[in-house]
Amino acid sequence: MSNSTLSASSAANAARRGSPLSRRLLIGFGWLFFTLFLLLPLLIVVSQGLKMGVGTFFDAILEPDALSALKLTIIAVAISVPLNVVFGVSAAWCVSKYSFRGKSILVTLIDLPFSVSPVIAGLVYVLMFGAQGFFGPWLQDHDIQIVFALPGIVLATIFVTVPFVARELIPLMQEQGTQEEEAARLLGANGWQMFWHVTVPNIKWGLIYGVVLCTARAMGEFGAVSVVSGHIRGVTNTLPLHVEILYNEYNHVAAFAVATLLLILALFILLLKQWSESRINRLRASAAEE
Amino acid sequence: MSLRRYALAALASAIFAGSAVAKDYELLNVSYDPTRELYQDYNTEFTNFWKANHPGDNVKIQQSHGGSGKQARGVIDGLRADVVTLALAGDIDEIAKLGKTLPENWQTRLPDASTPYTSTIVFLVRKGNPKGIKDWGDLTKDGVSVITPNPKTSGGARWNFLAAYAYGLKANGGDEEKAKEYVKTLFKHVPVLDTGARGSTITFVNNGQGDVLLAWENEAFLALKEDGGTDKFDIVVPSLSILAEPPVAVVDKNAEKKGNTEIAKAYLEHLYSPAGQEIAAKNFYRPRDKAVAAKYATQFPKLELVTIDKDFGGWKTAQPKFFNDGGVFDQIYQAQ
Repeated sequence: MSNSTLSASSAANAARRGSPLSRRLLIGFGWLFFTLFLLLPLLIVVSQGLKMGVGTFFDAILEPDALSALKLTIIAVAISVPLNVVFGVSAAWCVSKYSFRGKSILVTLIDLPFSVSPVIAGLVYVLMFGAQGFFGPWLQDHDIQIVFALPGIVLATIFVTVPFVARELIPLMQEQGTQEEEAARLLGANGWQMFWHVTVPNIKWGLIYGVVLCTARAMGEFGAVSVVSGHIRGVTNTLPLHVEILYNEYNHVAAFAVATLLLILALFILLLKQWSESRINRLRASAAEE
Repeated sequence: MSLRRYALAALASAIFAGSAVAKDYELLNVSYDPTRELYQDYNTEFTNFWKANHPGDNVKIQQSHGGSGKQARGVIDGLRADVVTLALAGDIDEIAKLGKTLPENWQTRLPDASTPYTSTIVFLVRKGNPKGIKDWGDLTKDGVSVITPNPKTSGGARWNFLAAYAYGLKANGGDEEKAKEYVKTLFKHVPVLDTGARGSTITFVNNGQGDVLLAWENEAFLALKEDGGTDKFDIVVPSLSILAEPPVAVVDKNAEKKGNTEIAKAYLEHLYSPAGQEIAAKNFYRPRDKAVAAKYATQFPKLELVTIDKDFGGWKTAQPKFFNDGGVFDQIYQAQ
């Protein structure tokens, strides 16, 4: 090995490390920012929730209205996430395995819920399914309740979470191309076999990552759900809405206790995300080695 | 008659009678922002009252709270309220007009123009009143910041607005232009418009914004009652205010659909009973019942009160004139 390569690599290392002072400043600033704007507020939420002791904390969480909010949140997630998986996989499949006219428009449309304000998402459903809405009279005649009930909450949640799975899968599937599927077809696999034995294993971790993000958003969604909920205590309140109600009723300890519950769920989801992310990276790395 | 047919008839009548004796009710009361504590107490009272007369029934009363205008919009859009207990008649008029779920003459169906309790608008200031606020005129002084919700979505805010306007008229010998000028200057002192009265209270009480909160009297008393409230705030009673009349009504079509007509009517009528009036007074609403009012007389300050019907020609006139698109509020607020 020649001297020049050695010195080049040490120079690169030095550049990576930077001068000691600026490096420390940057890292220090990063930590300061992280502490002030993320860690501290979260700690305050937890400490406020526990202010009156663990007993009050659990009372607030196990109170019937809180439990019903938790139940509603879980139901909304349990319905919207699987539907988003189906939609996300089919959309990503369409976009990455076929070429057709209007493909770029479809890709743009998938992103629409990211750019539309959640309030609009909620209002759209009120305008469509509300008593004065487009389908309103028909729904009233048949005694079907969509907005201000579970279906509206699920619809609003689906709207705001639509892009997550598709967005995660499209780049992954485009990168993988269609060769493996073609090979499977040549070896005599039918469509279903090809999907389950070739495509799904390939996209598994990306899919899990998308599901995790989708779940986190579905659980935490406030704006869109707030518009279609009607805020009936113990009936159409999700956890985030319940937090707001408690806060507005001067019930701070309970509000922060329920917020802590949401936080714990979020942290759990985040751990899942971290785990699936590391799996994706490892897969990518092993694919690159081959 | 064969024995079998007799048995069948007996069975049928037993089922019928059974269903008449024990019923499960789920009643939805869609209300405005500051009534949360009032109806929490009242629902317990009413449930006990109903069960005393109908043992075996199960009564579950559901509550929804928010800015009065927003809540009315919800009911118009299909929120299935059996009863609405809103901040002002104008909002229930809207439900009758646009939702067509109750008759337009709803306000004549219960005593006192369907208003079982009243309130008024007072000022809540920081302890010791550092800005020296005594009356409406002091709100437009330099450096005074006023918190009030948005009249478009909040009923309390509309009472606030009309009370301020009434003061503007009185101070200027009835000159409407000068009254408009006064409310225009007043709203220049408002840094933020929340959607409901409770939102504004939280802004003032918890977030420490503003020097004075224009509040429902009951909301101001409640803020004092919350832990440490009396050490942080004072109530200032202005020289003139408005008699705030929050009405109640059964939403006929919804109640019918859910089989709740009878219990919904009873729910509202019981508000006028001594027990209901007592609960209203305890939650700082001014009771209609003379005996209960006398009992709690010391609790409520006496002041000159204008009324919506005498001084503003009722909500059917005041709502379009002041708060609909292009009304006085839009004129003075957009011009800023």
